[in-house]
Amino acid sequence: MSEQTEQKPLRAPVIAPGYSFGSVTDKISSIVLTRPASNGWFMGFGVAFLLMQMMLFAIGYLVLKGIGIWGDTTPIGWGFEIVNFVWWIGIGHAGTLISAILMLLRQSWRNSINRFAEAMTLFAVACAGVFPAIHVGRPWLAYWMFPYPNTMSYWPQFRSPLIWDVFAVSTYATISALFWFVGLIPDLATLRDRSEKRPLKIIYGMLALGWRGSARHWHRYETAYLLLAGLATPLVLSVHTVVSFDFAIGIVPGWHTTIFPPYFVAGAIYSGFAMVVMLCIPIRKIYGLEGFITETHLDNSAKVMLATGLIVGYGYIVEAFMGWYSGNRYEEFTLWNRLHGPYHVLYWLLWICNIFVPQVLWIKKLRTNPFWLFIISAVVLVGMWLERFVIVVMSLHRDFLTSSWGMYYPTKWDWMTYIGTIGMFLAAIFLFVRVLPMISIFEMRTLLPEAEVKE
Amino acid sequence: MKRTPTYGLLAEFDSPTALVKAAEATHAAGYVKIDAYSPLPIEGLAEAIGFHHDLVPLVTLIGAIIGGATGYLMQYWINTMAYPLNIGGKPFHSWPSFIVVTFEMTILFGGISAVFGMLALNGLPMPYHPVFNVSRFAMASKDRFFLIVFSSDKKYDDVKTREFLESLGPKTLTEVPD
Repeated sequence: MSEQTEQKPLRAPVIAPGYSFGSVTDKISSIVLTRPASNGWFMGFGVAFLLMQMMLFAIGYLVLKGIGIWGDTTPIGWGFEIVNFVWWIGIGHAGTLISAILMLLRQSWRNSINRFAEAMTLFAVACAGVFPAIHVGRPWLAYWMFPYPNTMSYWPQFRSPLIWDVFAVSTYATISALFWFVGLIPDLATLRDRSEKRPLKIIYGMLALGWRGSARHWHRYETAYLLLAGLATPLVLSVHTVVSFDFAIGIVPGWHTTIFPPYFVAGAIYSGFAMVVMLCIPIRKIYGLEGFITETHLDNSAKVMLATGLIVGYGYIVEAFMGWYSGNRYEEFTLWNRLHGPYHVLYWLLWICNIFVPQVLWIKKLRTNPFWLFIISAVVLVGMWLERFVIVVMSLHRDFLTSSWGMYYPTKWDWMTYIGTIGMFLAAIFLFVRVLPMISIFEMRTLLPEAEVKE
Repeated sequence: MKRTPTYGLLAEFDSPTALVKAAEATHAAGYVKIDAYSPLPIEGLAEAIGFHHDLVPLVTLIGAIIGGATGYLMQYWINTMAYPLNIGGKPFHSWPSFIVVTFEMTILFGGISAVFGMLALNGLPMPYHPVFNVSRFAMASKDRFFLIVFSSDKKYDDVKTREFLESLGPKTLTEVPD
């Protein structure tokens, strides 16, 4: 009786039946090694690459002219750069969540999307990193943010949340890169052994560091990977917490609130999963990976979006409630300004995109329907961008003194830089799916029934 | 003709179960210098070849402690001695503000130690290894499982070890040249 209940699978399988060690290996590695790049790939990469050039042009002009070319004016010193920085770094969070937290929670469905999500994290963090570096005004001096002995006898001031952010984001970028690379080593060895051409053998061979799958190596490898997951879990929660400190430590009405850290983290995971879903859906279709990235994955990702979206909704409600209940006239005004001020359309759009529309994810049919899930994810990404705009710009533009009120209008350079980072992100994704296995091959092998050692 | 020295005998199996059983039998037969190769991590395989001492957690712990201490002491030294700044009349040594950077440095050093510690203990990077000379070993990163008895093992004997490994029923048995 007990044997029977054990054999019955609790949920739908995370990997379609019928695969073996060999076929999983061939299927994923052939995308990199033998499948020719299609015209669609060249077109997509070309467009993304051109957008990236537009960003570089905008940055080049910025370096020549200074940040006066942007829409930032007193009192709004933090415009698009910070909105986009927070948006991108938030998107990055899903990768670490999938690879670290879901691993510690033994969610084996993560195995088919973690490589991909980690790559997405790295590229998103790279896009995020562009903004603070160019926002400092003289980007060639951005290294002054780091503590290093210098002839000016100058050192950073560690009571500022901005320096905390430097440490949080650079640690996050480093650990994400390490996590990603460690996960790649065994698969790089697979590519080394599968590739027919000598230059490829040499390149993948160098990157694989001579991995040969020794049992001792695997043991240490798994320990290190587990420890990294354990370290990355508090890290990922800390990064957006620290980003929220950039605001919450300040006294600006609308920023100075204790709800920020949890609601920023939830929002980060929300937008990150939306991005993972938006990238997964076309890629599984184009490369025929429906057997690996199944409906279970879409369903689970949609559930995570629904849950984190509700936390974000709770954050909005508490924010509004505290504005009203605080008895502080500036906080009250900030709430009024959001509801009725010059940017009120954006505030209501934010509610529609982030809270109202995603409620349709309660319907299972929509969670597993790639088309609708793609649309909803896009709506969420727009909503999360609006959230950062509401927080950054709408709080700054009307603070304590009426005399120092102002309006923020992004210029074409702001838009070129922002859209350019999307191009940079997509160009990196296009390259990634062609040169590295986008699904972790060895972790997919561990999901197969034959991987189990029978007594 | 000079005979090439042997590095070891490599036996090939076709499933994780067969490899673990063979590794256990070989270890039980008294062979110490053995290793197993697989395309995926197999639970219990490291124990089966007699590997118990994993130093990675210790290395990571030491790295994390060094990182945390460095982070805190750096901030303490900078903000109280090297470059004291009066910020809102708060004490120079305002420890709650130092927690974030201390935490991040702990994670950073711990993570770097875990990865580079693992690689160093594994002796990687090592682009060349004698087992790569066996052409079938390329399958070790796909769907084949290998067990090797190194010739440096005290009990190793060209004939007897070969007979023993053949008794385990491998798919192929190859001599690895050194």
